[in-house]
Amino acid sequence: MEYKEVLVYSNIKVEEDIYVLSLIIGDDVKAGQFYMLKAWDEEPILARPISVHSVEDGVVKFAYQVKGRGTKILSSLKPEDKVYVLGPIGNGLDTQKFKGKIALISGGIGIAPMLQIAKGLDGEIDLYAGFNKSPYLIDEFRKYCTNIYVTSEKDEGYFKGFITEIFNPFEYNVVICCGPEVMMKRVVEMCKNYATPVYVLMENKMACGVGACLGCACNTKEGKKRVCVDGPVFKGTDVMFSA
Amino acid sequence: MLDVKFCGIDFKNPVLVASGTFGFGMEYEKIIDVSRLGGLITKGLTLNKKEGNEGIRIHEVRGGMLNSIGLQNPGIDEFIEKYLEGMKKYGVPIIANLGGSSIEDYVKGAERLDKTDIDMIELNISCPNVKEGGMNFGIKSSVAKEVVKSVRASTKKPLMVKLSPNAEDIVDMAVKCVEAGADAISLVNTFKGMAIDIYKRRPVFNNTFAGLSGPAIKPIALRMVYEVSKAVDVPVCGLGGIIDYKDAVEFIMAGAHLIQIGTANFMNPRASIEIIEGIERFMERENIKSLDEIRGIV
Repeated sequence: MEYKEVLVYSNIKVEEDIYVLSLIIGDDVKAGQFYMLKAWDEEPILARPISVHSVEDGVVKFAYQVKGRGTKILSSLKPEDKVYVLGPIGNGLDTQKFKGKIALISGGIGIAPMLQIAKGLDGEIDLYAGFNKSPYLIDEFRKYCTNIYVTSEKDEGYFKGFITEIFNPFEYNVVICCGPEVMMKRVVEMCKNYATPVYVLMENKMACGVGACLGCACNTKEGKKRVCVDGPVFKGTDVMFSA
Repeated sequence: MLDVKFCGIDFKNPVLVASGTFGFGMEYEKIIDVSRLGGLITKGLTLNKKEGNEGIRIHEVRGGMLNSIGLQNPGIDEFIEKYLEGMKKYGVPIIANLGGSSIEDYVKGAERLDKTDIDMIELNISCPNVKEGGMNFGIKSSVAKEVVKSVRASTKKPLMVKLSPNAEDIVDMAVKCVEAGADAISLVNTFKGMAIDIYKRRPVFNNTFAGLSGPAIKPIALRMVYEVSKAVDVPVCGLGGIIDYKDAVEFIMAGAHLIQIGTANFMNPRASIEIIEGIERFMERENIKSLDEIRGIV
């Protein structure tokens, strides 16, 4: 983990309020890790924890949704602008240990970390991506996935409903899930019925990003864990979801 | 040039990291050279392990942040077993921040810390006092005085009392704590604040209120440090919204012997190091040979 100033390579709008920011970072990054990003000096006070979408030659890509003041500033970044980064942070996912048929399940911007995960996996990968608006970032997965199932509340031509309605854990050796807590909770429950191993990528508000402030605590069977350094990847059955 | 003697302890510079913003130091060692700091203050410790608060724990606001961590900590025994040795390897003074919810807990905690080789205890009197009906020890100086007196009697370690800015009268609070045996005063802790989620139509925090820190509180914290420094004859450690060396120098000119960096660690993990360097450069530019020349000059 390192704190440094890096340059923007590109910042592309892919859908309403959804952007992909590429930063010139040469770090060795594990799938599922994230960075604290800050493209301002004093205001807002805190950096923003943003998951790694994809690692390419000398560039780390972040897919993010504009939600508030910080991500609004991120969305205005231009090539060669400066960004303070702290990272890579978190346990990440040992993608090489998974074999067989794997399901990636995302809700909304929870699709962000899934691309780097898909790139690191061997075996047959199916993506289930749910959106309440128009789908985004799907095309990038075609190279790595056998089947792609998309739901959208907004656009025609997609299944209308929850992604959990079209997913059957019985078919899979491993399930990896990132999205709203209510969705992750449901996926974990479904997987429990078939004893399918399931991993979830948690998020929370964070101040420090190094495990010091305890702001990002998450309830687990073993007590409070820090999403930043004990996670963000947890065994789904260990997490006590609040949703 | 930056060295400070405080309660008989040699600090190589006046810049410490505030309790709760720096864990036990190790968390930051990959990012900064922790041994360059003036000293380390532990995460708030209680006699027994505490899981802390449920729900949202931090919330950013303009000019600062609110926190409601709820003193999550491993408890004093586990701190001594697992973390103290690791903190000592940086070779800087270690100050244990002690919290509690009853006088008995404070006393037992102080007794255990007394047997370790920590350098100082910072007594956090801003926690809820269950026996007094949920009132903070840090609000009424008569209540605070009792806690300080009891803890004073249970340890020979230098005792610094950390004041809450929510005290009814901050100067009277400081004076009473010194009367009760405090060797030093640190101030200020966070200001009681709140935020509301307008879509859910309820407070953001489960406890409704939370502690405000960050640059927004600096002018008030500075005023309090100024007033207290004038009123007590023990050294003062100032904190509250310090984010750069200029803020730090202001606190020193207001009378602080030491200062603590809190929220700024989150804004920039290198903040404390940059503040040390900034104070040094300022002193060179202004031809100041020792902090004694400017301390309390205002």
